[in-house]
Amino acid sequence: MKMSGAQMICEAIIAEDVKTIFGYPGGAIMNVYDEIYKQKKFEHILTRHEQAAVHAADGYARASGKVGVAMVTSGPGFTNAVTGIATAYTDSIPLVVISGQVPLSLIGTDGFQEIDAVGISRSCTKHNYLVRSLEELPRVLKEAFYIARSGRPGPVLVDVPKDITGEIGEFVYPSEVNLPSYKPNYKGNNRQIQKAAKAILEAKKPLLYIGGGAVLSGAAQIVRELAEMTQIPAVETLMSRGVMGAKNPLLLGMLGMHGNYASNMAMSETDLVISLGARFDDRVTGKLSEFAKYADVIHVDIDPANIAKLVDVDYPIVGDIKTVIEKLIPLLKNEVKTERYQVWRDILNRYNELHPLLYNDSDEVIKPQWAIERLGELVGEQAIITSDVGQHQMWAAQFYPFDRPNQWINSGGLGTMGFGFPAALGAKKAVPEKTVINITGDGSILMNVQELVTAAEHKIPVINVILNNHFLGMVRQWQTFFYDKRYSETDLSYQPNWKMLAEACGGIGYDVTTKEEFDAAIKDAIVQDKVAFVNVAIARLENVLPMVPSGGALYNMLLEHKEEK
Amino acid sequence: MEAVRRVISVVVLNEAQVLARVSGLFAARGYNIESLTVAPMPDTDMSHITIVTKGNKRVIEQITKQLHKLIPTFKVIEHEEMVEKEMVLIKFPIEQSLSDIQVLCEAYNGGIVNVGENMVIGMVTDEPVRVKHFIEAAKRYSPMEIVRGGVVAIER
Repeated sequence: MKMSGAQMICEAIIAEDVKTIFGYPGGAIMNVYDEIYKQKKFEHILTRHEQAAVHAADGYARASGKVGVAMVTSGPGFTNAVTGIATAYTDSIPLVVISGQVPLSLIGTDGFQEIDAVGISRSCTKHNYLVRSLEELPRVLKEAFYIARSGRPGPVLVDVPKDITGEIGEFVYPSEVNLPSYKPNYKGNNRQIQKAAKAILEAKKPLLYIGGGAVLSGAAQIVRELAEMTQIPAVETLMSRGVMGAKNPLLLGMLGMHGNYASNMAMSETDLVISLGARFDDRVTGKLSEFAKYADVIHVDIDPANIAKLVDVDYPIVGDIKTVIEKLIPLLKNEVKTERYQVWRDILNRYNELHPLLYNDSDEVIKPQWAIERLGELVGEQAIITSDVGQHQMWAAQFYPFDRPNQWINSGGLGTMGFGFPAALGAKKAVPEKTVINITGDGSILMNVQELVTAAEHKIPVINVILNNHFLGMVRQWQTFFYDKRYSETDLSYQPNWKMLAEACGGIGYDVTTKEEFDAAIKDAIVQDKVAFVNVAIARLENVLPMVPSGGALYNMLLEHKEEK
Repeated sequence: MEAVRRVISVVVLNEAQVLARVSGLFAARGYNIESLTVAPMPDTDMSHITIVTKGNKRVIEQITKQLHKLIPTFKVIEHEEMVEKEMVLIKFPIEQSLSDIQVLCEAYNGGIVNVGENMVIGMVTDEPVRVKHFIEAAKRYSPMEIVRGGVVAIER
């Protein structure tokens, strides 16, 4: 069938079964927007900033498990999108980002709104394309979606010169890709899996170390089965909260810089780390030479480059988490002696009793941890939680009772402030039946606050719970601990009127200073069909604890911080 | 861990950006490039890139894995048993002893390849370490310009 390049892009989006895309038009992408206007098969949400468009597509992808699509114009449209692309890249989120480019004849001439998009995005995309002819456009689009979702997922940029979107040519969307140089290995080496099974059976203190790969692989159910069958305790990373389920007795909690005592001690004392889709990030390992010092390591990862990147691995298994565990379970089934690990479980339970994850609640002021626990009681499993970056993110990861994967959406790898609100919009579009709540701070929310307008216009009723301590809290915490309380540029005492801000844009606002007001505001916000700001005044100098100081060993945790009066 | 010299061959799809992807990977991750050569492979749509790098065992392993991860990469060979050659061109002033230069170049598998009004150009193709020796020896003949070609290697 003959059609324009712009139509081909729309046809590919339809063929890939994407229901909602996010974007912002401009000169170089106008041909495509003209076709978007004419079609009815997918919805386009106009965000108010390109960065937000990419984060929204990212939230859509994380909540649905499908590829998210964002569309931007050339030059500043594209550069605004870079933070969103890099965020998705670091967390391995499947996105296709389509950017306009100046016409082929102008490329390299410093044309109006020309920037080297493939050059800039090379190191923060899984792959990228500058389309050079209309003939290759259908193949490139097909490959982009395939590369984004297969293997270790990631964002793919397709940069399309304006003349190509205007040109007419023959369109056949390829039914399959032909990429002989790209063949992800899903299966896992059987010999290595057998060896790993033997190591598990022989270990005394094995530990499941679950990473974001378990979420991406859709492996939560089988990870739980593996834990249940073997009775091996588990720790989760920031990216995998929800995989084991908060009520799971085998789950010790989150490990790492702000992990709980039992989780970090478990990692410090285990004799066999069973890493499932985790990548030994520095925020997880602390001082590398002290990390899991007494342990052999089984590392299952779809990306071979993650294996033995930071720690030596004894049982490397390149493959998809789900597929590998499916092969591992029969090897352990009648062999595993769960009582073998009983002493180990007892030790860890004692650690947990010794230093459970606690905070000192107050009747005078709302503690952020209380707010998150209360949110868990009020909405719990029914909600998808997104977050921005900082103290509120850590408290949410520590105290929210995540029951399932894809319920917790945050920028873990890149740590992008301003991620949570647009990601919440994307998540709500993907899963409209769920309540979507962005747990944010008074710093983060102002980065992408313009999305209030998007949410109000498109009636996307997400709730932003602003844990407001009038500080850039996490930086303030570091300044308290490590910079003699010199609060350089972290005091956010000057604030907008949050309620009025939300309402000025067509949303609804609540100012909350007491627990009663908190309950009332959340309950009311849930039944509204409006985007909401719930501004919660919290204890100003509350710290995220425990804390492993940067570069320290995991077992050296600050468990409390005595504030002199 | 001790840093070792490694020669790595990368077979890639010969398409736009591919060299930038490879060299950009080294720049972004802080890996060393001592030399890099690239040319299309005959009768294919592929290119052969030869990279000489230095790093400890873990770094070298990461380099090969990261190279392999690039979508247009077909094959990454970390050379062990190889034949390794490098070419060098040196321009000398015509006043220098032509016969000395001729003999020197021949000692390193080369010769004089061009003579002009003011200069003479010698060429040598040999193992990288011998090319280095040749350049040192050539210095006494006041070379005006030295251009090295970078290493190419083939596994035995």
